Amino acid sequence: MTPEFLKTSRRAFLGGSAAAAALSALSDAALAQQQELPPLEEYESVFLTPGEWAFVMAATARIIPSDGDGPGAQETRVPVFIDHQLAGDFGAASDLYMEEPFAPEADANLGPQSPLAPAGIYREGIAAFDEWCRAEQGAAFSELETDAQDAALQALADDEVGLRPELREFWTLLLQNTKEGYFADPRHGGNAGMQAWVYIGFPGARANFHEWAGRDEAYPLGPVDIAGERA
Amino acid sequence: MARTDPKKDVVIVGLGWTGAIMGIELAQEGLDILALERGPDRATVPDFKYPNVIDELEYGIRFGFMQKPKNSTITVRRTDDEVAQPMRRLGSFLPGDGVGGAGIHWNGQTWRPMENEYRLRSYVEEEFGADAIPEDMTIQDWGVTAEELEPYFDRFEYMAGISGQAGNINGEIIEGGNPFEAPRSRDYPLPPLQQTVDAKMFAEAARAMGYHPFPRPAANASEAWTNEYGMQLGPCNFCGFCERYGCLNYSKSSPQTCILDALKRYPNFSYRVNSEVLRVDMAADGQTATGVTYWDEEAQEEVTQPADLVILAAYQLHNVHLMLLSGIGEPYDPQTGEGVTGKNYSYQMTGGTTLFFKDVEFNPFAGAGSVGMSIDDFAINQIDFGAEGFIGGSYITAGNTNGQPIRGIALPEGTPEWGAGWKQGIGEWYGHSMSIGSHGSCLAYRDCHLDLDPTYTDRHGRPLMRMTFDWKPNDIRMTQFMKGKIEEIAQSMTPDSWQSSFKDEGARYDIRPYQTTHNVGGSIMGTDPNASAVNRYLQAWGQHNVFVLGAGAFPQNIQYNPTGAVGALAYWAARAIREDYLPNPGPLV
Repeated sequence: MTPEFLKTSRRAFLGGSAAAAALSALSDAALAQQQELPPLEEYESVFLTPGEWAFVMAATARIIPSDGDGPGAQETRVPVFIDHQLAGDFGAASDLYMEEPFAPEADANLGPQSPLAPAGIYREGIAAFDEWCRAEQGAAFSELETDAQDAALQALADDEVGLRPELREFWTLLLQNTKEGYFADPRHGGNAGMQAWVYIGFPGARANFHEWAGRDEAYPLGPVDIAGERA
Repeated sequence: MARTDPKKDVVIVGLGWTGAIMGIELAQEGLDILALERGPDRATVPDFKYPNVIDELEYGIRFGFMQKPKNSTITVRRTDDEVAQPMRRLGSFLPGDGVGGAGIHWNGQTWRPMENEYRLRSYVEEEFGADAIPEDMTIQDWGVTAEELEPYFDRFEYMAGISGQAGNINGEIIEGGNPFEAPRSRDYPLPPLQQTVDAKMFAEAARAMGYHPFPRPAANASEAWTNEYGMQLGPCNFCGFCERYGCLNYSKSSPQTCILDALKRYPNFSYRVNSEVLRVDMAADGQTATGVTYWDEEAQEEVTQPADLVILAAYQLHNVHLMLLSGIGEPYDPQTGEGVTGKNYSYQMTGGTTLFFKDVEFNPFAGAGSVGMSIDDFAINQIDFGAEGFIGGSYITAGNTNGQPIRGIALPEGTPEWGAGWKQGIGEWYGHSMSIGSHGSCLAYRDCHLDLDPTYTDRHGRPLMRMTFDWKPNDIRMTQFMKGKIEEIAQSMTPDSWQSSFKDEGARYDIRPYQTTHNVGGSIMGTDPNASAVNRYLQAWGQHNVFVLGAGAFPQNIQYNPTGAVGALAYWAARAIREDYLPNPGPLV
């Protein structure tokens, strides 16, 4: 008799492509978890203001778009993750050395030197970038067409939007935090339903692969998360 | 507020690998010992238990087990005409914090240096002439030999239950091991780990080119092991969460799995956590230490802790910081070359080539911290420095340690960093790449050193330590040489595509990306009190009751990961204290 814990994965294995099959075979538990979550439009942010939320929604949707193979930032609830992070220790730079004097213009190789914690870099960075978008494109970032959004983000990535040195890390943080929200354990608010793990074939928190080291063949089981849910 | 506690025989600063080794060795002498750990207590349960520890964001990205820069950091500059800036967040290296120190979150690569690395200056002068050493290169001999240290490496490897394959037992070359290694007295305690796909492919290619692949020596147990203290390891299950994490499976050798529970049973040993040592206190004549002063976080007060013997067993950076703050050894002056404390800070030169294979399933999540195959055909004792134009060497290696997705998915050159192209790339390439790395020496230079920063202070008001370090042409030539060798191997494996990342001429040190936590030097050992901070037994030249453990003792960096040598030196110093110092306290040299 097949034990309960193997049932989903067995379907996935028989389906051939483990990742594709597992995606279409989300366990009941994972689906239930997803269904309990309010739609992103109804999410009440903890840190981000409505305008900032609109920016994060729009920007992350371009950094990891929904079209094509695999889930996007919206489906995986990356904006929720970013809001949680900015509201917590990460946003407040609780672990960082934040003593004066600050030299934000120092050589980048010497590491970030902004007096602003990540939450402040987002707050002032979004305002400054939206200002640039209005001047260059006639509207705040979230109101632009997607092509214009992509062009604006590329300008941000290329350091061509005139941010002051204190905000130099804004793009790096936004990009890094978006990928974190996509791939982190769902307990942090993103990677909803472990969809990003299913997409790439990362088995999550299984943490026991002794019999798989050295085998050049596709791993058959879908991911589990720290809460014990399967996808 | 301040208090003075009753005197101890021994106070140990830091309870990581070296503090735990010295603690249990001196506890066996019946001494009354107190270890002071600035961070929190940590144990496999509850701190590393499944599933909470399998959280990449919390521990791999937000550095849950690491030192918090808010509590302790350094400033960094590349040259002495640059204004040093504080390391406000972690990046290039990740010092540990709490009981177990960096010994909980390492990968477990446990090497022995080559014989000539202990006497590098003498070796180069003898083989290639003194002119082969650039004027600004301040390499030195260690004052101890591979032969002298062999029993102590053996002790450490058996205590830690290392999995590996000997290549040279008492001069006899053993098939399948590293034929270039220094002679060892017996094989590793455990057989090698089973190998991952990438390691097997690399080894096969290397063998076909006439090289000598061997399993990377691993502090990840391949089988069950019980050590001399009665501590037990279970076989590694390739969970893929090794480096940056405590081991959930009692498989990675650490102070917790190998020493601490045995040590805690000694009634004459005790330890205090959240107790950061602020300075070593000196007798009026400066000839001995009287103990230490530490900050008791719980009581919110400074505590004077008298002791007969002071063991500095913190991380390399913190040991040197305490020496500079306490006046142990003359601070090094790069202008004159005089002084010893802070001299010869060095790091590690690494590089790598990534290979993409569309049709190979590497299953990168099935990894262990030090699984892998290596070659030492371009080790520091195999290279003609005169012909190649550099001094140094590397081991070359492949082995899959983890497949954690936030920490990075290798993508072929030209793949966008974001957008539809990035998303498509991660779907196509996750699990279909491997890398071949070089892990090489980094030598010592006149200007690379540690001193006290003139501007920035820590939460106790002490000056931060300032690091002056940059990459040097000799070491860049070395890594470029390795690039050529690795790319030959990579091309022979006919990947779909490949790309390299090695430091090029003119590369400047960048503190942002993680490189290695192999910071060495600054409290260097040697035979000359005017050229080294501690003698060959790691005893301070000026204060005979102060011993300074750890990789600060390395006069320049070796081509290997440091922990094997750090462990061996701790046992070497422990024997000297037990057998020579305690019966007759005074300078051992």
